[in-house]
Amino acid sequence: MEYLSLFVKSIFVDNMIFAYFLGMCSYLAVSKNVKTASGLGVAVMFVLLVTTPVNYLLNKYVLGPDALIDGVDLSFLSVIIFIAVIAAIVQIVEMVVEKFAPALYSALGIFLPLIAVNCAILGGSLFMQQKEFSGVGESCVYALGSGIGWFLAIVALAAIREKMAYSNVPAALKGLGITFITVGLMGMAFMTFMGISL
Amino acid sequence: MNAKIKETLLNPIFKGNPITVLVLGICSSLAVTVTLKGALVMALSVMFVTGLSSVVLSILRNTIPSRVRIIVQLVVVAMMVILVDQILKSFEATYPIDKQLSVYISLIITNCIVMGRIEAFALGNKPFPSFLDGIANGAGYGLVLIVVAFFRELLGSGTLFGLQVLPSCYVTNNLVILPPFALILLGCIVWVQRSIQKDLQEK
Repeated sequence: MEYLSLFVKSIFVDNMIFAYFLGMCSYLAVSKNVKTASGLGVAVMFVLLVTTPVNYLLNKYVLGPDALIDGVDLSFLSVIIFIAVIAAIVQIVEMVVEKFAPALYSALGIFLPLIAVNCAILGGSLFMQQKEFSGVGESCVYALGSGIGWFLAIVALAAIREKMAYSNVPAALKGLGITFITVGLMGMAFMTFMGISL
Repeated sequence: MNAKIKETLLNPIFKGNPITVLVLGICSSLAVTVTLKGALVMALSVMFVTGLSSVVLSILRNTIPSRVRIIVQLVVVAMMVILVDQILKSFEATYPIDKQLSVYISLIITNCIVMGRIEAFALGNKPFPSFLDGIANGAGYGLVLIVVAFFRELLGSGTLFGLQVLPSCYVTNNLVILPPFALILLGCIVWVQRSIQKDLQEK
């Protein structure tokens, strides 16, 4: 039950895009059509699910106070360790996917390597550190929930932008401007989930 | 000051602004614009990180094999960010910053402005112009942050830098404090800029 509430909370209440604005650059850049958007969404979800638990274990058994050597607190190194782990895992995931699932690999294309610098991934690890989960299970559920939240958000925006091509937008607002405003309005809609505790 | 340096410095402020034109670095920026103070801290941190990491990578540019350059860049940027983080922590007693902001300071690593400018400029130019380019892009980013934060703090709390500006009969608008409003403000900034600069308009 605890897991379920964390799961729903990380999808809707703590949505990476609408509550924290993480992964916004690629979110705005790759949301022109639903197909590529869902490809990126799946990739982000997958990488989050792999990196967050690994970083959780590192944080608990290597970086935390008194974890490795008594009296030594390495947590000031956490950011650099997290980003190195993410870059390495993205590289490994890329190679594994290329070898065993070539169809998925060609569908994801350029997005897979670019995920290393997606703020949502690093954000997932940093929030995991801040939330102080009690076990690997919780961090997995949190990562999966955040990933699904991100996926839903990008697919929704892509669908709206596809439809928006037919509407009459003022010239200066076309493209970027109206996308910002759309995301803002979507964010407001997501705000209705705020404060819900399960 | 010769024309090229001036161009490097001024272009990112308005004409090639990293946020409104290049769409870089939106990720970590919008949550820190609730107060002017937070925006200012964030702007200065980003200027510091972009400036210094551009210099370091520009010095190293001929020695890094292009295959591993992303990891090298990430390490250099991460080092600068840790430096900023530690500096801010050391002043925490006198100038406290909130916990929320500290996550976003760490997230400067994945801020696309830093990586974007390194890839696009620092790897192909000498250290001094790279430094100016880094600082100027940080400043262009900071300018947008400060404009957004100005409206959000003024309308949302009736204060500027924590000082009461609007009369106390003003009813604070809580919508402005919520994150989505930052996006709508940003949309309006883009609108204004593109009305002035017609060549930026998209078809």
